[in-house]
Amino acid sequence: MSGAEAVVEALLREGVEVVFGHPGGANMPIYDALYDFQNFRYTPLNETSLRHILARHEQSAAHMADGYARASGKVGVCMATSGPGATNLMTGLATAYMDSSPVVAITGQVPSFVIGTDGFQEIDVVGMATSVTKYTFQPLRVRDVPYSIKAAFYLATTRRPQPVLIDIPKDVQQAEDEVEFLESVNFPNYGPLPDPDPMVVKTISRAILDAQRPVILAGGGVKMANAYRELQAFAEFLVAPVVTSFMGKGAFPENHPLSLGCMGMHGSERTNKLIPECDVLLVVGSRLSDRTTGKIEKFAPNTKVIHIDADKAEIGKNYKLPVVSLVADAKKALQAIIREVETGMMGRQRDAWVKRAQEVVVTARTELDGNGSHLSGPETIRMLRRFIPHDAIVTTEVGQHQMWCEQNFQVIMPRTFFSSGGLGTMGFGFPAALGAKVARPDVPVFDVAGDGSFLMTENSLATSVEEQIPVTVVILNNRMLGMVAQWQRFFYNRRYSAVHLGKSPDFVKLAESYGAEGVRVSTILELETAVNRAMRSPVTTVIDVPISPEENVLPMLPPGAGIKEMVVG
Amino acid sequence: MSQDAQLRIISALVENKPGVLYRISNLVRRKSFNIESIAVGHAETPGLARMTFTMFSDYSRFDQVMKNIDNLIDVRSVEPLEERNATIRELALVKFSPGAPVTRQEVMSFIETFRANIVDMSPETLTVEISGDSDKINAFIDLARNFGLKEVARTGTVALAREMIIKRGT
Repeated sequence: MSGAEAVVEALLREGVEVVFGHPGGANMPIYDALYDFQNFRYTPLNETSLRHILARHEQSAAHMADGYARASGKVGVCMATSGPGATNLMTGLATAYMDSSPVVAITGQVPSFVIGTDGFQEIDVVGMATSVTKYTFQPLRVRDVPYSIKAAFYLATTRRPQPVLIDIPKDVQQAEDEVEFLESVNFPNYGPLPDPDPMVVKTISRAILDAQRPVILAGGGVKMANAYRELQAFAEFLVAPVVTSFMGKGAFPENHPLSLGCMGMHGSERTNKLIPECDVLLVVGSRLSDRTTGKIEKFAPNTKVIHIDADKAEIGKNYKLPVVSLVADAKKALQAIIREVETGMMGRQRDAWVKRAQEVVVTARTELDGNGSHLSGPETIRMLRRFIPHDAIVTTEVGQHQMWCEQNFQVIMPRTFFSSGGLGTMGFGFPAALGAKVARPDVPVFDVAGDGSFLMTENSLATSVEEQIPVTVVILNNRMLGMVAQWQRFFYNRRYSAVHLGKSPDFVKLAESYGAEGVRVSTILELETAVNRAMRSPVTTVIDVPISPEENVLPMLPPGAGIKEMVVG
Repeated sequence: MSQDAQLRIISALVENKPGVLYRISNLVRRKSFNIESIAVGHAETPGLARMTFTMFSDYSRFDQVMKNIDNLIDVRSVEPLEERNATIRELALVKFSPGAPVTRQEVMSFIETFRANIVDMSPETLTVEISGDSDKINAFIDLARNFGLKEVARTGTVALAREMIIKRGT
């Protein structure tokens, strides 16, 4: 078997059904091995098919794999050739790395005897990827290929999920050898997370039982651990309000009576102000980033913080005051704590606190009702929530529209909201939406975009049309790099530097030129009609929503300010 | 830096294979860890190397460095060490090129005072080896500047845990 055939065989053995990629000189043997599988391109997936989806830029291939991973809970696989193919992948890998998403990237490399000579399309991809992956492999023998892929999937999905890259020199892809496909791999100092330490679980349970004013802060780790049900059961059992970070948005149903929505830079003002009032803050699967906490010294200074995370290096990294910490899988940790507190809950009175928290919720909810008057950024998003089913998937790009989604789009069901929270990658949303649609062809998928972000990866329209992956892009079009403009308005004395995008392109014509549908809407009714049509359309629809360039995302916690110091308007 | 800043040492057992040193130095750089020295050599088990890191840091920062190093797939184990619970040594090679007003004899007696050994000699130069903790070597090099110091090569600190520690209170 050749190295390239071993790649395909190993992927099939991992249960991979789809890869997103772009061919080039150094990965042609792998694409040749894929050829036999591409006859299944337009048929329903089955065990013997390995669908390849041709991206138009490798960054998009990585985002597609990332979106696929977030929507399916499985590994997303992307491929690129050496040199520029591999460097283009990096933004996508970094995005997945910052948001802890299990992506496996397979790059072709120049032949091993050329490595180090600055050959054509040679770049040190292993060196480049080391900073943005959990691990990298460069198999130099055919027999190392199956091991690398087995190990990559194992590393990408265990403990904290993160991307892994395999860089395969072309001569290794071409060479023939006997290969062995392992059932499992073993690393001496790396394994699945151990079960939660019972002593720590007891300590945490005691602290929670003693709490008068507890709050649960759920991060993206809850979503990655698929601990949605456990979190809800725990919060309901404890009758404790739940806030989320932006990455945790959707970890808890946002229409639940105990949901306080998001906290942080563009979180709810009332929620942010409530945080320093709580006496016990249970943080689950959050790194407590600056965007979530504001100035860390002013974040919950008198609160007992309990920090549960899959990565021990997150404990004490951002929040440096002493915490009760538990390094564990969020799902298992919550299960263990529920078991422990179940017996001790009787007669606990927290009515005043729950009432206080629910006032926050009710006021915030009323603000989300919207009046349907005109299409502002926030109003468009509130209306979108009304028009699309709860199981529809929404991705976002990065900027004002993203933060308007944080504030105005209630996420209700698990695995229905994906955004680049850590790296903040403009251009993530659209290809991620395509990846999500491939994973979940049964639900409508939307990318809420800004005009600036959409242009970063709009060429994925070609992929969506040619590969028949219909999604809907809703562009909040203010002809500005809106978030940068907002900061220039607030912090740079309205000196608008390089933020005017002008009228180009016409997004309706752009969509049509790709064979997608384009429509411009100017009223709520037109939006509703367009959204309903788009959900039924066999091709991707781009809905262009012109909005005012002067709109701001408010409230806002200015950078460096404490959590209670929000700017409201 | 807070009050508990002091010299801290991490002794790590790592896979002895290509790329490992790069992964570790990459981590140190991208996390902006202030490492004073890194020393690497074969460990007792074939296929493994022992790396010794020293840093001047408070505990919280040190803890982060240790956890991040331990998180690397190729790192087998990490062990925190301090001056009071470890044997700590560094070796330096120091080349002298004595000339007026310093005589060769004066250099020899300076070397003798520090119990350094002469390992190479030429008509113009002499090279000595000296080992000890970093303070001793720093002192030696500082003084050596008065005796025609020409070149220095230091190994960086290596350390192993002491088996018996005399506990002095808590």
